[in-house]
Amino acid sequence: MSVAPAEVERAEAGLDAVPDTPWVTIVWNDPINLMSYVTYVFQKVFGYAKPKAEKLMLDVHHRGKAVVSNGTREAMERDAQVLHGYGLWATVSHDR
Amino acid sequence: MSGGAGRRKPGRDEPARGALDEEEATGAFRRSRGKVSARFSASQAVILRNLVSQVAELMGDAAADPGAAGTGPAGRGEAGPATSQGPAGRGEPDLSPEDFAAMIGAAGPTSPPEDPVLARLLPDAYRDDPEAAGEFRRYTEQGLRSGKVAAAQTVLATLPAEGGQVRLGPEDAQAWLRALNDVRLAIGTVLGVTEDYEDELEAASWADPRSAYLEVYHWLGYVQDSLVRSLR
Repeated sequence: MSVAPAEVERAEAGLDAVPDTPWVTIVWNDPINLMSYVTYVFQKVFGYAKPKAEKLMLDVHHRGKAVVSNGTREAMERDAQVLHGYGLWATVSHDR
Repeated sequence: MSGGAGRRKPGRDEPARGALDEEEATGAFRRSRGKVSARFSASQAVILRNLVSQVAELMGDAAADPGAAGTGPAGRGEAGPATSQGPAGRGEPDLSPEDFAAMIGAAGPTSPPEDPVLARLLPDAYRDDPEAAGEFRRYTEQGLRSGKVAAAQTVLATLPAEGGQVRLGPEDAQAWLRALNDVRLAIGTVLGVTEDYEDELEAASWADPRSAYLEVYHWLGYVQDSLVRSLR
């Protein structure tokens, strides 16, 4: 349970991105959103298990941002849209 | 991010703080029989309804002058501006390209709001690409706004103005979560809070007007955190 999922590690390192899914959704840290809430939103929106959601939340908190999903540009825009609905500060970018 | 109301219970040591100085249990959500519930005092209900109404008003009127936000009457129900003198009763609808764009939901603005609260509630989706950010905004901002208005209206519909028990099913609980978060984003942005705002709150004098707002902000975090935990 404590081992981070491999694709998240790759995306965070910016290495070895899957060629046909080069887009990512990034969540940025802010001083207002609650840590418990951000973890909950990652679980709810992406269906991530709590340990993964918590790790992503802590990455956002400590590193200032984290890649929370990757896929097509359209899928990432949908993710950003949903995260904005929850009040998270999410952006889409090309993961080169 | 904020760790939440962990270190300090709201209203605990300040008997003179009034509105939020209720018994500790108020405003705390608990799970019970498949739903989540919390009890709010009358003053808590007034404060929360007022704040939620202001966010709804800010989000509901896309053409609002940011400087005038929140000055209207609280609790207004409509989500959007009234229809202009339209061709009601006339035979052929006379659709301009703008009308058509509005119908398919593509008539939104393309530039980010200048007001910091609006900019935080309706953020750019592209950090270094204003053109892509503008396109995204054009297609999504109206939907984002109406979602926030709907969440606010759920709170207004389920929280009695005189306070009392609130019981929420799964959908209403999600709306409450988002509405509470929007209110915290708005207040937190106005106050310019940092992750260490609790230290500021500890140090603030009761006479400092900012401390009253920080106290409300802190209490909202407490309510939201209890709701998150009750939903797990």
